[in-house]
Amino acid sequence: MTTRREFVGKSSTFLVLSAAAAAALDNVLEGTPEKAPGYKKADHWWAMIIDIEKCIGCGNCVRACKTENGVSMEPYYFRTWVERYHVPAGNPEHPQVDSPNGGYDGFPEKYKPGDGSKNFFVPKLCNHCAHSPCVQVCPVGATFESPDGVVLVDKSYCLGCRYCVQACPYGCRYIDPKTHVVDKCSFCYHRITKGLTTACCETCPTEARQIGDLKNPADPIHEFLRTHKINVLKPQMATGSKAYYNGLDGSVR
Amino acid sequence: MQDSLLSAVEGFMYPNEIELQWSILIVLYPYITGLVAGAFILASLERVFKVEAVKPTYRLALLTALAFLLVAPLPLQMHLGHPERSLQMYLTPHTSSAMAMFGFVYLWYLLAVLVLEIWLDYRKEIVLMARQASGWKKLLYQTMSLGVDDISEESLAIDQKVGQFLTVIGIPSAFLLHGYVGFIFGSIKANPWWSTPMMPIVFLFSAIVSGIALVLLVYMVFSYINGTRIDMVCVDTIARYLMYAFIIDFTLEGIDLLHRMYEADESFKSLDFMVHTKLFVSQILLQIIFGGLLPIGLLALPQLVAVTERARRGLYLLATSLTLIGILAMRWNVVIGGQLFSKSFLGYTTYKVDFATREGLLPAILLLILPFLILIGLLKLLPPWESTANVHEGEEPRAV
Repeated sequence: MTTRREFVGKSSTFLVLSAAAAAALDNVLEGTPEKAPGYKKADHWWAMIIDIEKCIGCGNCVRACKTENGVSMEPYYFRTWVERYHVPAGNPEHPQVDSPNGGYDGFPEKYKPGDGSKNFFVPKLCNHCAHSPCVQVCPVGATFESPDGVVLVDKSYCLGCRYCVQACPYGCRYIDPKTHVVDKCSFCYHRITKGLTTACCETCPTEARQIGDLKNPADPIHEFLRTHKINVLKPQMATGSKAYYNGLDGSVR
Repeated sequence: MQDSLLSAVEGFMYPNEIELQWSILIVLYPYITGLVAGAFILASLERVFKVEAVKPTYRLALLTALAFLLVAPLPLQMHLGHPERSLQMYLTPHTSSAMAMFGFVYLWYLLAVLVLEIWLDYRKEIVLMARQASGWKKLLYQTMSLGVDDISEESLAIDQKVGQFLTVIGIPSAFLLHGYVGFIFGSIKANPWWSTPMMPIVFLFSAIVSGIALVLLVYMVFSYINGTRIDMVCVDTIARYLMYAFIIDFTLEGIDLLHRMYEADESFKSLDFMVHTKLFVSQILLQIIFGGLLPIGLLALPQLVAVTERARRGLYLLATSLTLIGILAMRWNVVIGGQLFSKSFLGYTTYKVDFATREGLLPAILLLILPFLILIGLLKLLPPWESTANVHEGEEPRAV
């Protein structure tokens, strides 16, 4: 039988440990440059290359992202997701698109090969625009462009007004149901500031997505941008998007 | 919730778009702000443009504007994920944000224009009531007089001049207030349903229409409740101005619609589909036919044929009520309509209004009733019909 004293003692230990675990988790989730000594923001300019021709729609990136960043599991909260495009023969401008659970569970077979259609996967994430419409509209500056080219959110400052969600042309933002503030891809800021790659790039089996530092002359991103036909999503929006796609079909929205 | 949200989607939406961001509360925000701006414009007709016929509604219009302005930020506040942080918008505003700057436009309008103008206009009565009342009422009116009890002719003449000046700057301020609300939507390039330079001007004229309709309706209803005679010259004049404003508003919205149809850019198919399906009732029926063409027709009727006084009152009651419903439908179509289609133009969703939740129908209805309760309080505190005070000054009370 547990005495009252033991019960209080045990529950206190449990509470203390939970708090410590919570603090540790916070550090894991919200890495800051201060916690990455030697990292100078001015020395970097981050971008991502996405090679549509290499994406196999396995959903590793979506799963890794949700796990790494504690993204809610409901099927309408994603920092990154994958869309499947099916462009029927003779109708190149009217694709059929789906993204069941954001591609988290992969894609169940739906289209038969040899029907004359064109099929491919398009991974999406925050484009970390250099002229971000979301940053422009934030009433308190809680979301901002970091000097190293990453669009970040100060969650202790966000009002949860959702204006930025409306302003993003790419549908990259959502309101976190747990914290009631906005959330979005941070290029795994807590990882890249420590010299690691992002969770999605780390787990991509075909290297279809790679983070790159445009200020680092030795980064292979320069070679990739030079040798491929590159496009960004919705170029007419002129947002200065830094998610560069290879093999981006004109039907992609 | 999960299944109903997903099952509402037709075609493809970006996953993060499936949950709607702005609810019925955000529909109320431009609606209420518009009523404020419109009511003030009506008040300035008398003061600046010397339309003497609308004088009986001057003070009523100002108090109506104040009652609604006090409620205007509430739907926004209730909608925030962190309402306790809202003051940050004033303390550390982000100057490129239309929403942040709106806070200052709002404060300017509330404090520098509306409250000051009402105070100047009522100062004499406030001082007189402070003199004759007793107990807490005396204290209240003394506080409201801000310790100034000089009501000499010279002092009142200065009030009059300053009030005149305030109304003159009040007109562009009212334009700014509501034009700015239009800008909040019109400047979002990501959303083709919102993104048009017409938005501020369409919002402004619809605001004028709704505000005039509201004051006309309130004037007739309150006169009926008070048992005072309705000044028919006054209501006829207001109804005429309402018709003119409505024709301009309707034309502007028509131009916007025609332009979209003729240009038919990449978003058009999506928007066209929406107007014919999900927005058919609120856009075609409520906004355009029953809340637009019909009230304009009703208001035009007395201009074309002879209509008896009694019938005119009925016409105006019906026309103003329909107008208020039509403009509310317009706000709905902008705010909710702008979220029912995917920014990929490949799919749609449906908005299901909750009832007794924080952003449900119930709080929305309460928020629409609240300004009327405030108005009743204001009318008790500051009667627009210059009664008691003037009786003591030896004048005849003026009917509303």
